[in-house]
Amino acid sequence: MNIARLALAYLRRRPLSTALVVALLAIGVAVVTLTLLLTHELETRLQRDAAGIDLVVGAKGSPLQLVLAGVYHVDVPPGNIPLAAITQLRADPRVTRVIPLSLGDNLRGFRIVGTEPTLVELYGGVLAVGALWTAPLDAVLGSDVARATGLTVGSTFAGAHGLATGGGEHEDAQYRITGVLAPTGSVLDRLVLTGLESVWAVHEHHPVPADGKADAAHDAHDDDREVTLALLKFRSPLAAATLARAIDKDTEWVAASPAFETARLLTVFGAGVDLVRAFALVLMAASALMLFVALAQALEDRRYDMAILRTLGATRGKVAGVLLVEGIALAAVGTVIGLLLAHGAVLGIAHWRPDAAPLAAAAWRWLPVEWAVVALAMGTGILSALWPAWRASRLDVAATLAEG
Amino acid sequence: MFELEGIAHRYANTTAVTVDTWRAGAGEAWLLEGPSGSGKSTVLHILAGLIVPQGGLVRVAGVDLATLSEGARDRWRGRTVGLVPQRLHLVHALRVRENLALAQALAGQPVDDARITALLEGLGVAELARRYPRQLSQGQAQRVAIARAVINRPVLLLADEPTANLDDAHAAQALELLRAQAVEAGATLVVASHDHRVRPLLPHVRALPPMVRAA
Repeated sequence: MNIARLALAYLRRRPLSTALVVALLAIGVAVVTLTLLLTHELETRLQRDAAGIDLVVGAKGSPLQLVLAGVYHVDVPPGNIPLAAITQLRADPRVTRVIPLSLGDNLRGFRIVGTEPTLVELYGGVLAVGALWTAPLDAVLGSDVARATGLTVGSTFAGAHGLATGGGEHEDAQYRITGVLAPTGSVLDRLVLTGLESVWAVHEHHPVPADGKADAAHDAHDDDREVTLALLKFRSPLAAATLARAIDKDTEWVAASPAFETARLLTVFGAGVDLVRAFALVLMAASALMLFVALAQALEDRRYDMAILRTLGATRGKVAGVLLVEGIALAAVGTVIGLLLAHGAVLGIAHWRPDAAPLAAAAWRWLPVEWAVVALAMGTGILSALWPAWRASRLDVAATLAEG
Repeated sequence: MFELEGIAHRYANTTAVTVDTWRAGAGEAWLLEGPSGSGKSTVLHILAGLIVPQGGLVRVAGVDLATLSEGARDRWRGRTVGLVPQRLHLVHALRVRENLALAQALAGQPVDDARITALLEGLGVAELARRYPRQLSQGQAQRVAIARAVINRPVLLLADEPTANLDDAHAAQALELLRAQAVEAGATLVVASHDHRVRPLLPHVRALPPMVRAA
């Protein structure tokens, strides 16, 4: 039966106000933490997927759309650019790397990307089994694709039109899987990779049906061939700026910077997040106020109790300590429940939304900024208890006993 | 056992409590008598070290209380003094047994369950150990309050108006309990009361005059 046990006994005696303070604080902490976890996960994903890509070059259209389509694989690309553009960009001494991408089909919603092995290198991809593509219609699956489809090396599949499920299939062009990549934690995990030639082979059957040549793929000339876009890396940031201007001014293409476009996107997104966080802070402040009122009330209700504690040998500090422990205990319980709720919510989102499955890892991650949330919640709890505790320590024992 | 010498304590409303000399021996049972408002509670609180008088010497069990810091006095009180306050106030959030355990803990003693059980049995209220204070009658609460006061075997047991609101039979019983527990603990007993029924029950009497209105 120490100070802490006594404080807990008092808390049990007023379950309603105890529960209310804990609930308000827990919800506040949970919402703040949830926004922190989600924005952190979003920002790291956006950064990781765009790492090593200084510029995306594609057909005229919205630069944001180009970045979303070419880097994050979430939007449709604005159009195509000639293969000659790739050759031209590669010739530029300011450019250290050009990765061409051809988009257009999907495998059960996962995008089939015609590209070169440098894309795998860009994301640090390693083969889990098999080998990279060497011939047209060879395909390599990202780890998420392999897991979701159950396909593996040696399996065949037909690509479907378009970038989402629901398009007709290219039944006559069967891809053969040659390899599966190990997880990278990047967008690569959700892509089906193949050579540029495969995309040309699949599509050159269709665009000119009257043409009648079944094997057009082999006959097509470089001049006619197109890719969707190109991912560029530069020798220096300065080169990026000047080349981007030159492309926008002198060519039919658009150059978009992933860093710039995502920053713009996050600014819009950030305003909404700030609003949610402000709401959560109001909840935490309300909980602190409730705690203060509860403890100030306890101070009045327990004047005689506290006088008795003093006659039994409790020092001023111990009597104040009871109220402080009550405040700290409520703040601690609210904080822990809030953190559990936030991490549990992330786990729940990852569980119920298949496209958010990568969030599962974030649910188990502790961000350093969460210490700040803990400090804030505990700080407000302790602060709310300080004045009642100080008043308790100033109690005039003899006068209080004499009131009887 | 204790010694009060030249005590003068003045309240802000200019009334004053004075005790010239009062010595009590170990194990003695005293009545501190005086009309309402004569400062009996104040003298009890001075003996308990809850009030430091503005003048005079307070020596209890060989300790000059003026030499102790406030915190040291609090800890000393927990070990040395048992107080049965006029309101038989128990901590309502705690069960009877926990109230006694709290008294042991606050005095810096290990919680001694056997002692708690034995004490409650001795006072005839063992079956109340798991009850909350609001479930007790006045008489039961008084027994528990006495148990709490003697749980740490104090050398000085103080009771403030223990017979107030009690009929004759219960008043005598309350006094008998206090005396028995004081003997059991080897404590000097001081009962502050203006109840004339108490006088024949205690061997030593110290009368306080009505409180002096100071100039």
